[in-house]
Amino acid sequence: MAAHLKKRVYEEFTKVVQQQEEVATKKLRMTKPSKSAALHIDLCKATSPADALQYLLQFARKPVEAESVEGVVRILLEHYYKENDPSVRLKIASLLGLLSKTAGFSPDCIMDDAINILQNEKSHQVLAQLLDTLLAIGTKLPENQAIQMRLVDVACKHLTDTSHGVRNKCLQLLGNLGSLEKNVTKDAEGLAVRDVQKIIGDYFNDQDPRVRTAAIKAMLQLHERGLKLHQTIYNQACKLLSDDYEQVRSAAVQLIWVVSQLYPESIVPIPSSNEEIRLVDDAFGKICHMVSDGSWMVRVQAAKLLGSMEQVSSHFLEQTLDKKLMSDLRRKRTAHERAKELYSSGEFSSGRKWGDDAPKEEIDTGAVNLIESGACGAFVHGLEDEMYEVRIAAVEALCMLAQSSPSFAEKCLDFLVDMFNDEIEEVRLQSIHTMRKISNNITLREDQLDTVLAVLEDSSRDIREALHELLCCTNVSTKEGIHLALVELLKNLTKYPTDRDSIWKCLKFLGSRHPTLVLPLVPELLSTHPFFDTAEPDMDDPAYIAVLVLIFNAAKTCPTMPALFSDHTFRHYAYLRDSLSHLVPALRLPGRKLVSSGLSPNITPHEDPSHQFLQQSLERVYSLQHLDPQGTQELLEFTIRDLQRLGELQSELAGVADFSATYLRCQLLLIKIMEETYKMEFMYSGVENKSVVDPLFGMCEKFLQEVDFFQRCFIADLPHLQDSFVDRLLDLMPRLMTSKPAEVVKILQAMLRQSTFLHLPLPEQIHKASATIIEPAGESDNPLRFTSGLVVALDVDATLEHVQDPQNTVKVQVLYPDGQAQMIHPKPADFRNPGPGRHRLITQVFLSHTAWTEPCQVEVRLLLAYNSSSRIPKSPWIEGGEMSPQVETGIEGTIPFSKSVKVYIMPKPARR
Amino acid sequence: MLSSVVHSQNSPPSLPLQWPSPWPTRAQHASRPAIGALTPLLPVGSGSPLATSAPRCPRTWFLSRGFCRVLLPASFPLWHLSHRSLLNSPVFLLLLLPQILAGQWERGGHGRASDWSSHTGAGQDVGRSCILVSIAGKNVMLDCGMHMGFSDDRRFPDFSYITRSGRLTDFLDCVIISHFHLDHCGALPYFSEMVGYDGPIYMTQPTQAICPILLEDYRKIAVDKKGEANFFTSQMIKDCMKKVVAVHLHQTVQVDDELEIKAYYAGHVLGAAMFQIKVGSESVVYTGDYNMTPDRHLGAAWIDKCRPSLLITESTYATTIRDSKRCRERDFLKKVHETVERGGKVLIPVFALGRAQELCILLETFWERMDLKAPIYFSTGLTEKANHYYKLFIPWTNQKIRKTFVQRNMFEFKHIKAFDRAFADSPGPMVVFATPGMLHAGQSLQIFRKWAGNEKNMVIMPGYCVQGTVGHKILSGQRKLEMEGRQVLEVKMQVEYMSFSAHADAKGIMQLVGQAEPENVLLVHGEAKKMEFLKQKIEQEFRVNCYMPANGETVTLPTSPSIPVGISLGLLKREMAQGLLPDAKKPRLLHGTLIMKDSNFRLVSSEQALKELGLAEHQLRFTCRVHLHDTRKEQEMAMRVYNHLKSVLKDHCVQHLPDGSVTVESILVQAAAHSEDPGTKVLLVSWTYQDEELGSYLTSLLKKGLPQAS
Repeated sequence: MAAHLKKRVYEEFTKVVQQQEEVATKKLRMTKPSKSAALHIDLCKATSPADALQYLLQFARKPVEAESVEGVVRILLEHYYKENDPSVRLKIASLLGLLSKTAGFSPDCIMDDAINILQNEKSHQVLAQLLDTLLAIGTKLPENQAIQMRLVDVACKHLTDTSHGVRNKCLQLLGNLGSLEKNVTKDAEGLAVRDVQKIIGDYFNDQDPRVRTAAIKAMLQLHERGLKLHQTIYNQACKLLSDDYEQVRSAAVQLIWVVSQLYPESIVPIPSSNEEIRLVDDAFGKICHMVSDGSWMVRVQAAKLLGSMEQVSSHFLEQTLDKKLMSDLRRKRTAHERAKELYSSGEFSSGRKWGDDAPKEEIDTGAVNLIESGACGAFVHGLEDEMYEVRIAAVEALCMLAQSSPSFAEKCLDFLVDMFNDEIEEVRLQSIHTMRKISNNITLREDQLDTVLAVLEDSSRDIREALHELLCCTNVSTKEGIHLALVELLKNLTKYPTDRDSIWKCLKFLGSRHPTLVLPLVPELLSTHPFFDTAEPDMDDPAYIAVLVLIFNAAKTCPTMPALFSDHTFRHYAYLRDSLSHLVPALRLPGRKLVSSGLSPNITPHEDPSHQFLQQSLERVYSLQHLDPQGTQELLEFTIRDLQRLGELQSELAGVADFSATYLRCQLLLIKIMEETYKMEFMYSGVENKSVVDPLFGMCEKFLQEVDFFQRCFIADLPHLQDSFVDRLLDLMPRLMTSKPAEVVKILQAMLRQSTFLHLPLPEQIHKASATIIEPAGESDNPLRFTSGLVVALDVDATLEHVQDPQNTVKVQVLYPDGQAQMIHPKPADFRNPGPGRHRLITQVFLSHTAWTEPCQVEVRLLLAYNSSSRIPKSPWIEGGEMSPQVETGIEGTIPFSKSVKVYIMPKPARR
Repeated sequence: MLSSVVHSQNSPPSLPLQWPSPWPTRAQHASRPAIGALTPLLPVGSGSPLATSAPRCPRTWFLSRGFCRVLLPASFPLWHLSHRSLLNSPVFLLLLLPQILAGQWERGGHGRASDWSSHTGAGQDVGRSCILVSIAGKNVMLDCGMHMGFSDDRRFPDFSYITRSGRLTDFLDCVIISHFHLDHCGALPYFSEMVGYDGPIYMTQPTQAICPILLEDYRKIAVDKKGEANFFTSQMIKDCMKKVVAVHLHQTVQVDDELEIKAYYAGHVLGAAMFQIKVGSESVVYTGDYNMTPDRHLGAAWIDKCRPSLLITESTYATTIRDSKRCRERDFLKKVHETVERGGKVLIPVFALGRAQELCILLETFWERMDLKAPIYFSTGLTEKANHYYKLFIPWTNQKIRKTFVQRNMFEFKHIKAFDRAFADSPGPMVVFATPGMLHAGQSLQIFRKWAGNEKNMVIMPGYCVQGTVGHKILSGQRKLEMEGRQVLEVKMQVEYMSFSAHADAKGIMQLVGQAEPENVLLVHGEAKKMEFLKQKIEQEFRVNCYMPANGETVTLPTSPSIPVGISLGLLKREMAQGLLPDAKKPRLLHGTLIMKDSNFRLVSSEQALKELGLAEHQLRFTCRVHLHDTRKEQEMAMRVYNHLKSVLKDHCVQHLPDGSVTVESILVQAAAHSEDPGTKVLLVSWTYQDEELGSYLTSLLKKGLPQAS
């Protein structure tokens, strides 16, 4: 076997060489005949079908140009007629299909032949393949009605074939090419317009499950192509729901869903009764029933589709959450109902008593319907399913339905809360996200909140963060609820100190959403006493800061609250307002002069003082007329410092401020460069004139070329550059062209000195990409020990803000003490997207080194890779002009955008 | 006007292998007359035996979804065939009537129907599952359980019910054990070693592994602790296990040439299985105990659409629809968590296997998730052994455990450690699982006595407690307990009840019935009153018969087996060629002859049948005279008939023969003058039986008269 393989590899290798020779002859314009001719010769040479097959396989490896396709097709067809071996014919048929897909080749010329050979073909497999080829031809010519009709005709004729493969392909053909318009104008050939839907519908009852599936799929295909399906299909599809084969059931569920979306309001009778219901409700009931199907694929499908049935009546919707419990034929209340009752009776959190859940009233045995006729309990089953795929689908569906129906949202809350305890983290996470999405519609009861908060102790950071996000937008009904949430969050904080920021943020929103509920809690939270002064809490305690964040945010809309503050609270406010400005809002405090006190609460961003400050400082810079070294440099330096500070204070302006500061720094550098050049020119003696002048000619020429090219490329953007250096440069172009290098330099120098700053219009939303490495924390004194030469895995966990396309741009860099640097590309799966603009990188970095005598620190940091060419082609102006070689080879590089973290490692020498 | 005569050409009318067409003789215009008739000799459909009703006409021959089958009621009576004067027809073999016999039985005196509720009632049914199924001559015993409530002879089933004389091995073809609970396998060593059975015993591999541990434990308690004599020994358990054959899930095991069994996943406990027992086309599915909702360590029961003749299902929760498990789990975890956070101790009395592992997994994952530090302990050596097997049989657990075991086997508990007696006194919070589950003796009771006085502590009862046990007392709210030695124990600790049951509820049972689509359902393992409700529901919603036999009762089910009939390819092709593809929506008729020889059935063409049986062909011709008032000559008359028929029957070959007669296919029409009335012509129409359709159409056409010559 191995020898055989080797031989084949060798053969192929030699063949490849031959091909190259052929390619070389291309210059002589011999390719076109030679391609088909070579094939022809090969096929004639073939002594056995196996040989012919080999040739064909080889032929299929290389592409064929559009102009030689027809010739090749003729050769293939010719051989097809002669060939007796079905496998070779099969290959030819598949090649025909491939060739007809060639771009630029119109396959209508080979259709007749294809149909012809179809009629004489006996082998079912080849037939199926030929139909596939016809499908390829048909899809290539979507406009040609006549051809489509003809193909549909052919498909109909072969629908009665005994092989399932052929029937499958026919149905596929019908689904893809069946005519859309009912009244196609009488065709010249007089082909009757067939009712494609009816023909396909007949095959819903085929004996082969594969054909049944294909029929349903074809029907769905028709729908996708815009053909309106008849309502009669609904009943047929319903029957298929009890098919023996899962793929049929799965497709049937889809079809029912499609029909229910098409005819939601039509009325269908309920079998074995005189009542009638809306079709969408009926379909909903049927799909709900499939949530307890035997096959999990069908269950997933059904659960997913339930979510998008929004027209269903609320009565049916609410049934999905009702399972009608009973015990020994007596009605029993669910744990949810009991919890609700306990809550409303004011007795929260009672211990479970023996017989607490004892069933109450008797049930009429006749009325109990064990096989749910409707939607009864579908979600209860779906959420309890053994496959987590089904559970996730059910949670998603719940989410979508709850978003469109507030009353349903209220009802499904208990179930979602229960899902917080699922055994699979993905499901838990999904249900927390779902809850967040519907949180506008709901208010959490205290007992529900209790369950939600219990999850705060989860050891998974993802879960906790998701939960914080959820709490940010939850409505709580009582002050006890707020208190409970605060206590649990503080517990969370002590257990997982790394969650600090996320918890503070969460409390910020919690406070601003519930000012009136926080108000009565303030004395308790601040532990103030009406008569006695209490000890001043530690200002650096994260828990205390958390409490203050809650209170200050509540106080923003509750003017009576500051009256309850003690003196040190005000002091702490001032400090926090400065140090954590993104968490602590501006307050109107009595007796305090604050900038914001005079302003109305709803200030637009432009009237915002910090924004004004930004504008003013930028305008000050732009008003500079000349790049006068001394004063300008100082002003620039101050402005840069101001901007940076502003960015730190005002998180929403951070992007703009940092961006401007960076821009100004560029200007500053330019000034410095000029200054240094003068130094070079005038401070040093003995600089040979020759050594400077010779390259100058070349440089000048190049410079002029570039300016010229620049002008052509940026012609559309030139008006933006008025009054700048560029503008003047272009004005002076004719003069420059004629001048000598020395003069050019002189002119340019003068111009540079006179030019003003380019006024950079700032877009509203500039965000700075940033990254924070959470893990490794870099605080450990215990070195990570490993045997040298082997690797050690280091878990890296980081949050990324405002990074576009992190999968491709974010890299991890490890710097060893010996200066060696290692770049690691994280896998795309390592990035998660917890919220808009935010990403989280959880990956493993493998470290290795030769043995050290002592533990030492390596640095880990994140880099943002860029490729200058990757951005340029997107801009519209490059389309016209040809690319200069400089632009073409984009500059690649990386920018570090996170603080580096030091990790203590110790590669030990290997023991022998 | 119309008269039919049977022209029987030198043959007695005793052998009409083919009957006239049952197809309605409605004329079919311009289409080929329906392909005559075949005739399955035997009535089809209708599950009820036809013996009492008048024999109905033979009906259709099915050709749907690719296979042909003749349905035959099992109790098809011989006289019914003879009535059709078939007795002198070819070799005819009466089919062996397959019957399914099922019943539960136990020791005499307690097995009567009236006694049912006294033993299985009171809400707790622990048992004695033992069912004998006799299917198409094969005898299979399903489960071999013991009763926990008795310690005398009554605890084991009375195997003398099976056969009074002779050895069990001769009578039983195999024994199947569904899972390792003692009420399903407890009597096995007694049955195989003491009563004597040497045939194969089938069970799944986890059951095979864990079952002997439990049996040995049971034996120890019975013999060593209670000092019982005449009990099976350790050696007997070993010998018994040697007879066990392990089966895999979905593996079809051929017990003998005809009997095959197949296991399906059942949830409930590790290794629990449902079994399909199949003989020919008859099959029975026995569920054992099963669970349709997954739990923390096991998945849900699943079965394919195997359409058994009979489904024997447990019905422990026949009248209950349970709440979602999640609330209970959450409550349980919250309570344990709160107590531990308070610094209290939690005692969870459990039975060694089954629920204990589920709770362990639940707590273990919770501890992991919440990063808790309080220790969890698990008592007794029995569990350690069993846990070992839980680690091994990962394919039998649920999706989560199966998916994550590569990283970490969930049964390799990180937080759960073995318990030592000394730990009970150590300070600080802890959680302890201890046996037995009802707090009536042993370690759990010892720990309970130590901890009961502290209100910070908590005891969680995860299952039902029998009356009289400490567990039952504290659950019913008693706070002062009298212990032995007149001590009074004051219970200050919190008492919680948390039920985790692993049986299917009413909805689950219905779901399984819906999945398997059985023809009959038999309910076992439940209370009569509750089963009555479920029986009614099953009959109402699935329209199948449902039975609920009492102990010792036998149920006999008639079945309608499908009998495969071989058809010769030539015949099939020939008949297929006459029409379009078989349309699944309509039954198709075939011409053919059914031959029953030895025990196989064949459908062959009539020519071949005649040849094989060495019989001469008899032709059956119907002749009919049609009187027409016409004064013209016979020749002319024949010509007009010819023209008329030709215009009407376009698709058929109409010929005018030189002798003046007209033929349409094989139908002959001759015109003759009436012997008495010259103004009336008589048309003689004659057709063979095969062309009955066309013939009768033709006569009715001719009867209407000929159109006036234009």
